[in-house]
Amino acid sequence: MAEAIELIFYYLVFPGLAFCTILGLVLSFIDRKVSAMVQWRVGPGPGQPFFDVVKLLGKETVVPEESWARGFLAAPYVAFGAAGLAATIVWLAVLRIGGSPPGDLIVVLYLLSIPAIAVIVGGAASGNPLGAVGASREMKLVMAYELPFVAALLAVVFQTEDGATLSLSGLVALQDQAGSAMGRVSGVLGFIAALLCCQAKLGLVPFDIAEAECEIGEGALIEYSGPALGFFKLTQAVQLATLPALLVVVFWGGMGPGPAGVAVFALKMLLIVTIFVLVKNTNPRARIDQALRFFWGPVTALAFAALALAVLGV
Amino acid sequence: MALSPVFLKALKRSPWVFHVGTSGCNNCDIEIADCLTPRFDVERFGVKLVGSPRHADAMLVTGPISHDLKGLVQQVWLDMPAPRVGVLVGTCACTMGVYKDAYSVAGPADKVIREIDPAARFVYIPGCPPKPETIVMGIVKILEAL
Repeated sequence: MAEAIELIFYYLVFPGLAFCTILGLVLSFIDRKVSAMVQWRVGPGPGQPFFDVVKLLGKETVVPEESWARGFLAAPYVAFGAAGLAATIVWLAVLRIGGSPPGDLIVVLYLLSIPAIAVIVGGAASGNPLGAVGASREMKLVMAYELPFVAALLAVVFQTEDGATLSLSGLVALQDQAGSAMGRVSGVLGFIAALLCCQAKLGLVPFDIAEAECEIGEGALIEYSGPALGFFKLTQAVQLATLPALLVVVFWGGMGPGPAGVAVFALKMLLIVTIFVLVKNTNPRARIDQALRFFWGPVTALAFAALALAVLGV
Repeated sequence: MALSPVFLKALKRSPWVFHVGTSGCNNCDIEIADCLTPRFDVERFGVKLVGSPRHADAMLVTGPISHDLKGLVQQVWLDMPAPRVGVLVGTCACTMGVYKDAYSVAGPADKVIREIDPAARFVYIPGCPPKPETIVMGIVKILEAL
């Protein structure tokens, strides 16, 4: 019983939904502020993402007549729940709470693709032609980035000759012994490939093709309003708090002991988020065919090169 | 409609705007684009241009509304989730300006929208075109008045 309560606490409060939502909103403030600085503007205040979300939660939800209402309304909550579960597993490994079960890396990979699937379902259920276009683009994008993403993460798994593990805390423990995966060529190549995939997973420019606001009016999210839209924004925030943490855990070692360890981990995460934001602000949006070619061409080649080097022990 | 104070505070700090350009001369639209530039930067107040009326709290109308566009403007207004407000930028949207009594126009935006939603509320920012400073002042004024 106590164990169950502990698990529920992990999922709902810390380090799951509540913690990651707040962290993600703070990170999305950093995103907007750095964007503003790049564009020589002042930018919004630190409370801006919180005001946006509270406002959306208070507004009316309009359900279009042509939509499949049940799927349309369920999608954002499914996305939020799945993203929160992925966040819990990743952050438990970050904080070294308990030993994560074998194979939780695979679970995280699946959970991280559920928000994308929810966007596809929501967009297709909205009954809006532009929403359908957005859903179709999201589908192509998922197919484009999942293969190199998995290959890049596997590179780290195959780096260790003996005792290859698919558990996140196992990877952290191995990196404690043998130094971080980034210390090797294969780790660096895999990190770059995974970074590019995460850019697309987060739906940031140049891969915001599925929600191109000036082209297909926010794409799959076009018909969403009020709390439903708010939960999609919260899902994005949770993902923004999860994916950089996953990258750090897999490629760059876990959180060290004491306040110094927390500070170093925070700096690593901030660095990754800043790279996302700078790439976002210096690139125009790609077309969907360009994105597909990019991910299946250079990025997949990079990821598989990392995998091959890892197997060879470089 | 009674609004909770927490929601109202958030709404004041985060008005998302959908821009409806009707049959205007494009001059006001350029001034609106100016508001987003580094010199005026309305994102400081949380104002964001959104691509879908479903995401919007305010509808920004520029230009006189022609008979062709009347139905579309009314549809966009109904697409916005409540609570919603109309912001009429420029003389044409406020009072029709030189297009008054012209054969091709259906009326100023407030009249056209009140035909379907008598309780609709509006903010008027006159000028031909209004300067970005005027638009920013108008935005600040409505946020205070909410």
